[in-house]
Amino acid sequence: MTTTPQAARRASPRKRRPSAPDPSAGLLPQTEPVRLLNPDGTLLPARADYPEPPVEALREMYRRMVVGRRFDAQATALTKQGRLAVYPSSRGQEACQVGGVLALRDDDWVFPTYRESMALTARGIDPVEVLTLLRGDWHCGYDPAQRRTAPQCTPLATQCVHAAGLAYGESYQGRDTVALVYIGDGATSEGDFHEGVNFAAVFKAPVVYFVQNNRYAISVPLSRQTAAPSLAYKGVGYGVPSEQVDGNDPVAVLAVLNRAVAHARAGKGPYLVEAHTYRMEPHTNADDASRYRDAEEVEAWRDRDPLTRLETYLRGRNMLDDAAVAEIAEQAETYAAQLRERMNSQPTVDPLSLFDHVYAQPTPQLVEQREQVRAELAASEEDA
Amino acid sequence: MPTMTMAKALNAALADAMLDDERVVVFGEDVGQLGGVFRITDGLQARFGDKRCFDTPLAEAGIVGFAVGLAMSGLRPVVEMQFDAFAYPAFEQIVSHVAKLRNRTRGALSVPMVIRVPYAGGIGGVEHHCDSSEAYYAHTPGLKVVTPATVDDAYSLLREAIEDLDPVVFMEPKKLYFAGAETSLPARTEPFGRAVVRRPGRDATLVAYGPAVPVALEAAEAAREEGWDLEVVDVRTIVPFDDATIAASVRRTGRCVVVQEAQGFAGVGAEIAARVQERCFHALHAPVLRVSGLDIPYPAPMLEHTHLPSVDRVLDAVARLQWEDQPDPRWLTEGSAA
Repeated sequence: MTTTPQAARRASPRKRRPSAPDPSAGLLPQTEPVRLLNPDGTLLPARADYPEPPVEALREMYRRMVVGRRFDAQATALTKQGRLAVYPSSRGQEACQVGGVLALRDDDWVFPTYRESMALTARGIDPVEVLTLLRGDWHCGYDPAQRRTAPQCTPLATQCVHAAGLAYGESYQGRDTVALVYIGDGATSEGDFHEGVNFAAVFKAPVVYFVQNNRYAISVPLSRQTAAPSLAYKGVGYGVPSEQVDGNDPVAVLAVLNRAVAHARAGKGPYLVEAHTYRMEPHTNADDASRYRDAEEVEAWRDRDPLTRLETYLRGRNMLDDAAVAEIAEQAETYAAQLRERMNSQPTVDPLSLFDHVYAQPTPQLVEQREQVRAELAASEEDA
Repeated sequence: MPTMTMAKALNAALADAMLDDERVVVFGEDVGQLGGVFRITDGLQARFGDKRCFDTPLAEAGIVGFAVGLAMSGLRPVVEMQFDAFAYPAFEQIVSHVAKLRNRTRGALSVPMVIRVPYAGGIGGVEHHCDSSEAYYAHTPGLKVVTPATVDDAYSLLREAIEDLDPVVFMEPKKLYFAGAETSLPARTEPFGRAVVRRPGRDATLVAYGPAVPVALEAAEAAREEGWDLEVVDVRTIVPFDDATIAASVRRTGRCVVVQEAQGFAGVGAEIAARVQERCFHALHAPVLRVSGLDIPYPAPMLEHTHLPSVDRVLDAVARLQWEDQPDPRWLTEGSAA
């Protein structure tokens, strides 16, 4: 009888070698999104890996989420009054919008997309400056260097590489700055997402890539973006530790981001976080979401509202009562009223400023064109 | 004076810039230990360490996007795109971010950097190694686009590019890398925005840049035998563009041929020809002509000599500059056949 090599190996008395450690250990996300609160706001059993953030921080998170939601509603209203050209709402994503900002220090950098208006106001940037892009009087209304916040990025995922470079440059110069990148599920299909995560990993740049998976890239569902078990599984291929979290659980979002930021700040390189959330509004006011998703789906997510969830939790911890809820609601109303008032005035734009910031010094050709525009303006003023 | 190649002069410019300014970092594909496929970064890693000169993952959008972030943090990146056509993955980063960040933020953010692009052909390179891509960049407001044709300019323009407050696409003519010339570094030549008369002449002006400059000079030399005294102007910096020097030359000579290696349609030469006729119409004795590469994808190496502007093609254009005040018969019947 002949023995096959396989049978010979099976029959071999050789001791089994101890299995090599799994090289992906510590990189893969948990198979279920991290969750610290039940959908009804009651606390789940405590877990060692993600301690509950300080309750004071969560109360502040609640305040900013309430103000943020009111800001978001006001911005949508401003499109109807013709004060904004367009507005991409992040209603429903308040835990992510505010959590990303709360996890950072003031001298850390944020790399937002166009959907992060709420996050930027939560960071303390003047809402009128935030809305400059959408109002249409310039492309970026705030000073990115002073606010440590890159211009809101409309090309998808390109800021993923900028953040890697900035974070590396900061650590190269001896500073412990962390950069946090907001992107959406659709942007994870762009090449720059992969190049950004890879560069950050290779250069150990302190970046947190924070994917708000709100399940749609305008109309295209997640199933057309990826066949991965979840977007957080994209980190392991780059050697980047990753986690997924219930993005409508504010307590879990902050806990997971705190850990990710601490990891980056400790010099261990980048971190990838995927938050499972949902955009309650259409892509923008110009979109018709009923063409690609049904009302039942939206209603199901209404039951997982992050604000109600956090309010229930804080009341349970005696950190919030009716009076405090009313007071915060009033703060939000005041914030919205002031914004409405300020947005009612027409911004002044100067056509000659078009030539100011193309180069540090205008080229002779731009000087020529500037003179031409100046003459046109003077002529039209004479006509008027 | 000692003789040096353009490649060595570029290497010296990088080294001197790194020595003078600690913020300067050089990175890209194979630029570290290897010193770059053309050896332009040769020895920089050994001399300045692997924090100042380093290899990156093989991803051009990543390289340029990374440079954007480094510039935001206060460093002065100098990146190498290995070949012209391999820079295209970085195009979005260059056009949408590198070129626009200053403008988008009303000057609050700027990203001074140098993107070095070895470009153009004439070296027997296989597919995707010989593109002339300058027009793509020159068409993008916010970028400066520079291309040296001499050894001294290679050194001086690269130093100036690294010191510039705006991003510069620095186009290096590959076929001139290993041509030597007498030089004594550190040379400082005319600043950005200045074209230079390389050869004075009275009868017609040849305007050229980068790899076409030696062709124009050779044509001017050959034209002497035909009795023409040609002036050659080297554009040097496509952006910012020097209208004044070029227009002054054409007003003197009354005739102009623009020579470029890139395919002609919608190219930099077309822009130059238009600008010259706008400014010099009353001084011109003939239409401004262009000699360029053919409007074809860059050909295989065994056919590139047919594509590239040659001395003969330049001389043929010069011959058509209406010396007898006769219109060019080629244009008389165009469009009338129908």
